[in-house]
Amino acid sequence: MGALQSLPDEPEYRDLSEKTGFSFEQIGILHKRFKQLSHNEDTLRRDDLNTIPDLSCNPIRTQIIEAFFDKRNFHQNGEGTVQEISFEEFLVVMSHFRPPALDMTEEQREIIRREKLRFLFNMHDTDNDGTITLEEYRHVVEELLSRSGALGKETAKGIADAAMLEVASISMGHMEPDEFYEGITFEHFLKILKDIEIETRMNIRFLNMDTTNLCKKINSQQDHYLQVNGEQKIA
Amino acid sequence: MIYDRVTIKLLEGLCHKPPKFQNGVKIVLLLLLYQMKLAVNFLTIGLVILSLPCGSYTEIPPKPPGSVTVLPPVKPAGGPQAFPDAENSNLPVFTMDYARIQVPFEVTLWVLLASFAKIGFHVYHKITFWVPESCLLISIGLIVGAIMHSVHEEPPAVLSYNVFFLFMLPPIVLESGYFMPTRPFFENVGTVLWFAVVGTLWNSIGIGMSLYAVCQIEAFEVQDINLQENMLFAAIISAVDPVAVLSVFEDVSVNEQLYIVVFGECLFNDAVTVVLYNMFIFVADMPVVEPVDVFLGVARFFVVGLGGMGFGVIFGFVASFTTRFTSNVREIEPLFIFMYSYLAYLVAELFSISSIMAIVTCALTMKYYVEENVSQRSCTTIRHVVKMLGTISETLIFFFLGVVTITTEHEWNWGYIMFTLLLALVWRGLGVLVLTQIINPFRTIPFNFKDQFILGYGGLRGAISFALVFTLPDSIGRKKLFVTTTICMIMFTVFIQGISIRPLIEFINVRRTNRNLETINVEIHSRLIEHTIAGVEDLCGQWSHYYWKDKFLKFNNRILRKILIRDNRAESSIVALYKKLELQNAMEILDTVSGDINAGSSIVSLQYVYPLCPSSSCSFSLSLSLSLSLSLSLSLSLSFAFSLACSPSLSFSLSVSHSLAPSLACSLSLSLSLSLSLALSCSLSLILLLSLSLALPLLLALSLSHSLALSFALSLSLSLPLSLSLSLSLSLSLSLSLCTNDTHTLWPCPSLCVSLCPPCCLSYTSLHLIHPSSLTHYPFNLNRSDGYLSNTSRRVGIWSIYQG
Repeated sequence: MGALQSLPDEPEYRDLSEKTGFSFEQIGILHKRFKQLSHNEDTLRRDDLNTIPDLSCNPIRTQIIEAFFDKRNFHQNGEGTVQEISFEEFLVVMSHFRPPALDMTEEQREIIRREKLRFLFNMHDTDNDGTITLEEYRHVVEELLSRSGALGKETAKGIADAAMLEVASISMGHMEPDEFYEGITFEHFLKILKDIEIETRMNIRFLNMDTTNLCKKINSQQDHYLQVNGEQKIA
Repeated sequence: MIYDRVTIKLLEGLCHKPPKFQNGVKIVLLLLLYQMKLAVNFLTIGLVILSLPCGSYTEIPPKPPGSVTVLPPVKPAGGPQAFPDAENSNLPVFTMDYARIQVPFEVTLWVLLASFAKIGFHVYHKITFWVPESCLLISIGLIVGAIMHSVHEEPPAVLSYNVFFLFMLPPIVLESGYFMPTRPFFENVGTVLWFAVVGTLWNSIGIGMSLYAVCQIEAFEVQDINLQENMLFAAIISAVDPVAVLSVFEDVSVNEQLYIVVFGECLFNDAVTVVLYNMFIFVADMPVVEPVDVFLGVARFFVVGLGGMGFGVIFGFVASFTTRFTSNVREIEPLFIFMYSYLAYLVAELFSISSIMAIVTCALTMKYYVEENVSQRSCTTIRHVVKMLGTISETLIFFFLGVVTITTEHEWNWGYIMFTLLLALVWRGLGVLVLTQIINPFRTIPFNFKDQFILGYGGLRGAISFALVFTLPDSIGRKKLFVTTTICMIMFTVFIQGISIRPLIEFINVRRTNRNLETINVEIHSRLIEHTIAGVEDLCGQWSHYYWKDKFLKFNNRILRKILIRDNRAESSIVALYKKLELQNAMEILDTVSGDINAGSSIVSLQYVYPLCPSSSCSFSLSLSLSLSLSLSLSLSLSFAFSLACSPSLSFSLSVSHSLAPSLACSLSLSLSLSLSLALSCSLSLILLLSLSLALPLLLALSLSHSLALSFALSLSLSLPLSLSLSLSLSLSLSLSLCTNDTHTLWPCPSLCVSLCPPCCLSYTSLHLIHPSSLTHYPFNLNRSDGYLSNTSRRVGIWSIYQG
């Protein structure tokens, strides 16, 4: 279905495929989705994404949407944000979530790792100054915990502070009392998350099948993210 | 004074009972006098002490799953003095009723022996690092089996079909079900089930068919094994049991996907195997198998599996719901967990559907709700007891495997056995290759070749296979051959594959995951990643297990948690981790302030208590009491054994003492070896030991040089690299068991032994006095400290009286 429709566009897809590593089928399906989201326009706006019903319950919805409009994620060394993105940019952002190939060398693995972590780092670093400041970190933690109901902002703040302290102690070692930890740089970010196997975790299995129809049905169900809490039950 | 009277009484009693061996008995009885003194003196305390392991034992398993004890209703404590002999006109001062306590007593000793063995392995950590525990257990079992064989002793007939399926199996599967890591399991549930169900079917059908083909070769003389029996046998040996592999995986922290697939496979494949086993046992009896039966078999397979799951889920929810109301009866909270899971098991067994599935799903279902409902202490208790029961059960089976290997008659058939080994390996390897090819396209992270290799190589056979084949009905004509082949299979896989898998993993450098990360940043980012993925999946219109997870969470939060959990407060995992870390931090501060306060250990005791660091803080009284209890129970049981052996006309037969003696001897040897390795740190005891270990074997060897069995034992013990102590204790124990058995031929030995025994006991005691700290942790965790201390002081008092 999706694959068949994509046949006419093949030369264009070849470029995209080389650039992002997706297969033609995957690009076809994603393209269809893109059209669906953008209401058959060539570009996608924030409002289009904000209206996705599934997403509306995600606690870090704004960060995720912002990431799609962030030039830093387009592999073009740009900075700042854009108002609308084309399909190519959409694909490039998506390609951060491509699962790693089966046979990777250590170097490739490291590159993928850095890319994925950079994506996360950019989600934190909203003002694009290369460090995650305490304020920025607090903001993310607050958002993360915003679904846990009764928890006040104070708890989130406390946790963010503790986390920041942890980063400081891991990356700086012993600090004098009057020293001030500026914020998490990308190097420190790599260091604290070195144990997390991001290359095997931050993946989406992009299907080769078209599931848009199924998704429509499911999309009608609101209120996806009820409470973050239950995850602990599962996790 | 009173002892003399008692012994005289006893002598009289004994003397007119055995008319046959007057001469020998008289000599021995004189020597027995010492022993009896000791025994009578300590009878009362001895009983208390004997019941210490038993008592704590029955205390721990609050429930039927705990019934590793074969006859739970018979309480070991209670004692010989209950029934005076009706024939005696006078009031008997000392009587014994061994028959009454025999079964629980022996089972307790077996369990104790196995546990001692476990402690012993961990004394020197490098042994368990390179050699899997199951290997060591089998080796010890082999030694015990050799001793039993040399005294022409039958192993206790404990392991029957019912005992295994009703008492031994539930703890094992409950343990793995309860400790199943849930998140990875649900993330990989498809692969796990695929390997467990399809893989097992593949193996058993493949091996069964090809074995049947092998059976057609006339040269092997096994044409009488028909297809059904071959299938039954293949089902048995396709039950993998990679406990050893899992512990290696944990040590080297192999990647999560591989770990969970092996874990899940071993769990669910037991279920599949047992279903197949029961089905094939039924089929093996049928003269003709019609095609209809095959279809019925397939249908039954699904009914049994899904039915088991259904029961498990129901009981899991009922259990969670019950714990909602237990806030005022914290003491019995853990009970419900065991009750309900065992109930699920039994009910499933009642309808002959898969009871393993039932208990596993029950454990999986209730775990989270229950752990949230019960108090922290109950939670700890539940975990410990589940772990303990599972370990005991498995240890016993492995141990028993070693014993049975030596003591049963084997039917050795090169062709059949070799082909089984080969076919099992080949089919396993093929199965993994083929099944991964099919499942890989559906996985986010496919298995690479290294993973596949380890997956195939990790297919160790273990306790379940052995128990299944051992409990085969006797109607199977070639049962002996099957037992032999299975034992070979287990030995081969456990020893060769089990030992080599660690170097192999390190050599081929399997992908690893750091599994114990506990920083708040990691936790935050794990959640962040999860949410991001879920969000991006929504964005691009794809959905995976995150979608189902969300769906389930919604249902869980809206309905299940409200019904099942008392204090329904949602709490993010980040917050939970934060609290935990804060608590840890506080504990550390507390620790640094107050030194080693004992109270800390009871709170932090969730981790494994690592056996023995002979710390200076180990209180002397505890060690004293423990050493006392050990030596006393030993001396008491020795005197038991002797009196039993010397008076065949007593109501219980000789075989009683026989089956008793080896286990006693072994427990003795183990405790000794244990104390020995500990004693290395103390020069005083070292000297003592050296003199002992030099003097005793010499003496024994001199007195028994004509006995073949001893030389066998000596060579055996010498060839064992375990330790010098084991050789000493082995020879000692062997001679002891010899004495108890061949009362006719080896009269000098008992006399020697008896004369040696009191000093031996004393020297053990002194040994234990110095270094028994190793043994302290078990019973003492279970006793309340105040009660325990008073007990101790009482025992110490008696001890000093005796010495005085």
